[in-house]
Amino acid sequence: MKFIELRNVYKVYKNGVTAITNMNLEIKKGDFVFVIGPTACGKSTFIKMLYREERPTRGEVYVGGINVAKLKNNKVYKLRRKIGIVFQDYKLLPKLTAYENVAFVLESYGYKESEIKPKVLAALEQVGLKEKLRSFPDELSGGEQQRVCIARAIVNKPKVLVCDEPTGNLDPDTSKEIMNVIESINKELGTTIIMATHDRDIVNRMKKRVISIKNGVLVGDYEKGSYKVDESA
Amino acid sequence: MRALRILWRNIKDGFKNVIRNISLSIASISCISVTLLLVAFAIVGSANVENFTEKIRDDFTIVTYIKVDADETLEKEIKSKINNLSNIESVTFDSKQDIAERMKKESDIFNDVISSWDEESNPLYDTYLVKVKDSEKISKTAKEIENIEGVQMVKYGQGMIESLMSIFNIIKKILIVIVVSLIVVTAFLIINTIKITIFSRQEEIEIKRLVGTSNYSIKQPFVIEGLILGVLGAIIPVIITIYGYTILYDKTGGVFFSQFIKLIKPTPFVFGVSLLLVVLGAVVGMIGSSSAVRKYLKI
Repeated sequence: MKFIELRNVYKVYKNGVTAITNMNLEIKKGDFVFVIGPTACGKSTFIKMLYREERPTRGEVYVGGINVAKLKNNKVYKLRRKIGIVFQDYKLLPKLTAYENVAFVLESYGYKESEIKPKVLAALEQVGLKEKLRSFPDELSGGEQQRVCIARAIVNKPKVLVCDEPTGNLDPDTSKEIMNVIESINKELGTTIIMATHDRDIVNRMKKRVISIKNGVLVGDYEKGSYKVDESA
Repeated sequence: MRALRILWRNIKDGFKNVIRNISLSIASISCISVTLLLVAFAIVGSANVENFTEKIRDDFTIVTYIKVDADETLEKEIKSKINNLSNIESVTFDSKQDIAERMKKESDIFNDVISSWDEESNPLYDTYLVKVKDSEKISKTAKEIENIEGVQMVKYGQGMIESLMSIFNIIKKILIVIVVSLIVVTAFLIINTIKITIFSRQEEIEIKRLVGTSNYSIKQPFVIEGLILGVLGAIIPVIITIYGYTILYDKTGGVFFSQFIKLIKPTPFVFGVSLLLVVLGAVVGMIGSSSAVRKYLKI
């Protein structure tokens, strides 16, 4: 069952730069997909279109049945509640503890306190950070901060987890740990994972579906692929 | 239920944010305090000027002199004709005997002279003291009274009243301009201070947006925070207004420079001004926060 679908998608920025050209793509529920490509190839634009930080100039982007291109600004939050987003720079609130950084998401959705606590603890346990829930972000290592970011992304049990270079700021060992966490979420919770990355080792090791983008064009789509971006466009 | 829960959390968050961003909160509160204090001075000043000009206006009286040969029937007729005019507040009879009695008390010389008068030789006139509803139209009303049969003449401080009225009107207009422009400046200053404090928290807004918090829910704690800052900022101006004005009133005995200019009694005046300051602080704080956050909610 397809969960994400792109049909004839183009993205041209206001300054005239073309980021995506005629992209067609389907991603099934429960898939684990790497999105690879050189810097400024359109990876981030593709990822941002999934959570409607960018709108396609032409074409249609469907996420869980929602046509993202036609979504009004004041309704975007409805889409984002179905998507978990993991950022390269974690984007944690510095004045909230690890627990609070995860809990505020559910608080802002209007959950009861009695519902929030078990969900937050479960999410922190899933990422292996239950012992540090009272720590503030500046008391945590990069890897731990990324775990908080992942816990925040999965706390509302989203159907899809969109990761924009989540290991970009981490050393190889920590990256491996983070990937284990993300893989466990995919396997145990059945969450669809879409992950943009530059990390050759991770892609080659994990043998997942690999989508390769070059100059805004989809140049490769392989089941159990490896890190190859030099296909001709 | 869910909306109420979100509102309650946002109220708590509003308070927490004031504490967590304490240095910026203090900056906002100080700015609000200083500007509201200026507004308080302007309001207290203009209300007092307005009050004493009103008092003077209330004292404007048309003294209607009744002809010496008028009998009681004619006097009654004059009174009812005056009462039938449109701009009349009250009509009081002041007999020449009463006037003579009052004059006697003013000095010994008067006393000696007036004591020799009897009812026949009393050269004064019986009068009607006429108060008007609208002092702006006093000269028109005076003319109408003068035309009534049996009226010898009218006196109401012709000339002087008109120039006083125009001075009062100018003063009133100037005060309104000062108060309104101060309120506008205050609103502008407060809104900008809050914008600066929110500018430093745009990342927080961005994160909330990205994790699926609705715009309404993002805005609410900031608006509540603005309200709290506005109310806290009003505390010092309120204290200064209540105590400062009461002390000023007590020290001066309720008059300013001369008996002519009477100050407004502190109660309930200072409480009214205080309420106005708190409401002004709260409303401007909320508007400031709301407009500042809106900028960062556009996608």
